[in-house]
Amino acid sequence: MLRDKAVTGMQLTLIIAALLILSSIGYAMGRRRAVAAGRGGALRLHSRPSYHGAYVALWCALPSLLLLVLWSIAEPRLAEWLLIARLPDSIRALDPDRLGLLVLDVKNLAVGNIVSREIDPALQAAAEGYNRFLTLSTAAMVVVAISIGVVGAARAIRGVSPAFRARNQVEKVARNIMLAASIIAVLTTVGIVLSLLFEALRFFDQVPFFDFLFGTRWSPQTALRADQVGASGEFGAVPLFAGTLLITVIAMCVATPVGLFSAIYMSEYAGPRFRATAKPMLEILAGVPTVVYGFFAALTVAPFVRGVGESIGLSVASESALAAGGVMGIMIIPFISSLSDDVMNAVPQSLRDGAYALGATKSETIRQVIFPAALPGIVGGMLLAVSRAIGETMIVVMAAGLAANLTANPLEAVTTVTVQIVTLLVGDQEFDSAKTLAAFALGLVLFTATLALNVVALYVVRKYREKYD
Amino acid sequence: MQTATLTDVTVNAGHLGGVVKLRGASAAKMTARDVNVYYGEAQALRQVDLDIGEKRITALIGPSGCGKSTFLRCLNRMNDVIEGCRVTGRIEMDGEDIYDTALDVVRLRARVGMVFQKPNPFPKSIFDNIAYGPRIHGFANHKNDLDEIVQTSLERAGLWLEVKDRLAAPGTGLSGGQQQRLCIARAIAVDPDVILMDEPCSALDPIATAKIEELMDELRTSLTIVIVTHSMQQAARVSQHTAFFHLGSLIECGDTDEIFTNPQDERTQGYITGRFG
Repeated sequence: MLRDKAVTGMQLTLIIAALLILSSIGYAMGRRRAVAAGRGGALRLHSRPSYHGAYVALWCALPSLLLLVLWSIAEPRLAEWLLIARLPDSIRALDPDRLGLLVLDVKNLAVGNIVSREIDPALQAAAEGYNRFLTLSTAAMVVVAISIGVVGAARAIRGVSPAFRARNQVEKVARNIMLAASIIAVLTTVGIVLSLLFEALRFFDQVPFFDFLFGTRWSPQTALRADQVGASGEFGAVPLFAGTLLITVIAMCVATPVGLFSAIYMSEYAGPRFRATAKPMLEILAGVPTVVYGFFAALTVAPFVRGVGESIGLSVASESALAAGGVMGIMIIPFISSLSDDVMNAVPQSLRDGAYALGATKSETIRQVIFPAALPGIVGGMLLAVSRAIGETMIVVMAAGLAANLTANPLEAVTTVTVQIVTLLVGDQEFDSAKTLAAFALGLVLFTATLALNVVALYVVRKYREKYD
Repeated sequence: MQTATLTDVTVNAGHLGGVVKLRGASAAKMTARDVNVYYGEAQALRQVDLDIGEKRITALIGPSGCGKSTFLRCLNRMNDVIEGCRVTGRIEMDGEDIYDTALDVVRLRARVGMVFQKPNPFPKSIFDNIAYGPRIHGFANHKNDLDEIVQTSLERAGLWLEVKDRLAAPGTGLSGGQQQRLCIARAIAVDPDVILMDEPCSALDPIATAKIEELMDELRTSLTIVIVTHSMQQAARVSQHTAFFHLGSLIECGDTDEIFTNPQDERTQGYITGRFG
């Protein structure tokens, strides 16, 4: 199987390279022909020569590429169908599962992999037939693709004439390529949401929706046998969301003042030299891997928090929400500071001048004119920071623990939605138990929550935007 | 460029209605002496001496880059905001040095308002735009006082009838001419002695321009106005005094009629007749 893929992969690359060369030749020829056709006046041609060239190149490359895509979808199916059709009747009479295993073995045999059964002549023959078909098919694909390219290019070159509207055609193709690109992004999102949704629905078959959403106990251990301890898993998600909320709030309490004040300082007070060095350094905070923050939280901050807590007579868990949230707050500072700095810088100087000319002091100008004008952008930065905090996993795993406590005390260990998703899915799992499916349900709720947050943010920003130009 | 020396100004100061003597003149609201302005190394103004007559409109004219806007911005120290800008010389207002370190620039700007080339209403409601200055200076202790200030300012700016039913609407939603009158009303609301106008009509159509000019003429009864303009006609229409700047120097100043009909310097002559600029 492996060698098979590698070989066709390389052949595919070669064909695509050949097509590219072919279409660049087509481009040059089409262009030359257009130049020749346009001789005797710069405006004789409807489209510039390069558009004629591009038109030829597109006709050379696009149909062949389309064919390649279709071929590589159809080829394996066709090969398998032929393989089965040639097998002896006695084997074809097997039930579908066993037939599937056998076909897999034939394919393995064909490429020289290890086979899980005795090789009899019938299998050997089938494997050879399979190989022959693939070789033939690949050769045919090369020939057909190249000739379609040549024919397409030749057709397009013949069509070059001063009146031909090559520009419009090329631009139409370009527009459709861009459309396709944006559709890919949208479809991917839809696909992710749907897969989340279907798996979550399977989970809700086993655990009632409201038990999940409003239950206050989270203990996702399900037993394999009925007589084991903890046979009944409990899937109340409230402690997880409370933990997420607690950590996010702590993080925002750290990040908002620090980020906002540093942004105000950098955009309004700092000299250009300080700004040029401080801003990139702040942005480095966003580039530090979260694992490193995790170390920092677990090995430095958490013991420190505990030490301080004990010295004033508080009992602090060694893994506390405060440590994780605080470090997470440091991590998201740049989201707030950098974006806020940019939007405050974008507030036109004329507004500052207007305020100064009325006798406003610098701080009045910042608080009453610049800040309100920049507010939509600042809110946007903060919401970005919030969604980053909600989605953050590694710091919490390392510093806040796994215990699903329902508490508002930042000194205790809590856990978050993302951490539980990770612990539910790592290791060997069956994919139809409530335990694993719970991860999808959590993911779905988390997704809904962040989506709602974004919608609210968009609404707020649109409603309170103060237009300044 | 050293021609605009003290003697020239002394001669020309004689044109200022015969009332203005050069130093310590009683009818001069603001006086500038030996003013030099540098942006970093480059010198933008050289040795400018100019008196601004009280309750008069003084027009500053000259080709682009001649320093007239720079001079205007010296009068309420808006140049302080610009990095690397340095002002030397002495500018007095009512006999008080406005560059004195003891004088608070915030108080100065409350007395010398400014209207800019491009209308720059704050992204707030019409009411809040006007109320902004009185609020920060603590003029109004009561909501009613504030309402009254807003109404009188808008009335004086000739905008009240157009906006009185939509004071809560955003100031940025007004037309360009209305926005500029809103900015004038905003400046008036602080009750300044002087208003500086930096090409206030350059972004406006002729009808809006006419309204603003009319407004300036009315305001002249109670305040002093200094206007920078690129339009000769506008300077001739609205101002009583005109000062001509060229390459950072004050070339000539005097009564507007005098400058436009009988300029002493050939560069002034050349500029106002459109030979360069």
